[in-house]
Amino acid sequence: MRNVFSFLSGALFGTGLLVSGMVDTTKVQGWLDVFGAWDPTLAFVLGGAILPMAIAWRIAERRKVAVLGTAIPERAAPKVGRNLIIGSLMFGAGWGLAGLCPGPALASIGFGGVGGAVFLVSMIAGMLAAPPISQGIDRVARA
Amino acid sequence: MTIDPDWIWGLFGGLIIGSAAALYLLVNGRIMGASGIVGGLVDGSGWSTWRERLSFIVGLVAIPPFFVPFYSEVNTNLTGNLWAVIAAGLLVGVGTRLANGCTSGHGVCGISRLSPRGMAATGFYLLAGGVSVLLFKHILGVV
Repeated sequence: MRNVFSFLSGALFGTGLLVSGMVDTTKVQGWLDVFGAWDPTLAFVLGGAILPMAIAWRIAERRKVAVLGTAIPERAAPKVGRNLIIGSLMFGAGWGLAGLCPGPALASIGFGGVGGAVFLVSMIAGMLAAPPISQGIDRVARA
Repeated sequence: MTIDPDWIWGLFGGLIIGSAAALYLLVNGRIMGASGIVGGLVDGSGWSTWRERLSFIVGLVAIPPFFVPFYSEVNTNLTGNLWAVIAAGLLVGVGTRLANGCTSGHGVCGISRLSPRGMAATGFYLLAGGVSVLLFKHILGVV
């Protein structure tokens, strides 16, 4: 049952990314292009996505347990640490460079051509490299 | 000021994305973060829940192509500069794992919970994304 609903969530997520236009890298770059032809579409997408999710959080935090029995994830300690900042800056740099983030990269892999596949393989390589890079950052910070 | 139909589609697609995240939270008890779902499979940290993760990815990858024929054209418009694509993929892969989230996890799921980490991460990747587009598109002209 878990896997059925997981599949449905993924399917809905991908459909929403397609419908919203977020699989088009020029629309994402257009949003980030404050000094060029700025495109506000992404703000509508994010706003539209936050709305149902804000309601879902209210329900979830009251119920404490999901329908299938899993505990609702605890709030993380509100600590904005080094890795959060460095990681988000790196992610943003890549996001602007290609106009892809992990969700749309997966949603468009069926029709994104060779470039889409190259991005996905590179992203997975980056994910594999992340744990040693994280340790390296810790070592430098301690030194 | 005219309303661009893309904004309406963005809002509509965003509502679908938010509903996907709400479903994943309320039924499965998980946070719908694309980089976390994939990253846990890539580095082994999420192998204990691999079926749930893989089901999500299968839905996300396999379903959007069914809707593509309804559009006159779907193009990711990804840059043809493969070096840029590789660099972007690596940055997105490393960055989202260091930061423990991307646009879906920190952006959609974090902001809707008013999570300080989600909001901070979103601020940093938006900032870096804007600088990245300015640098690579307008100053260097590589994408």
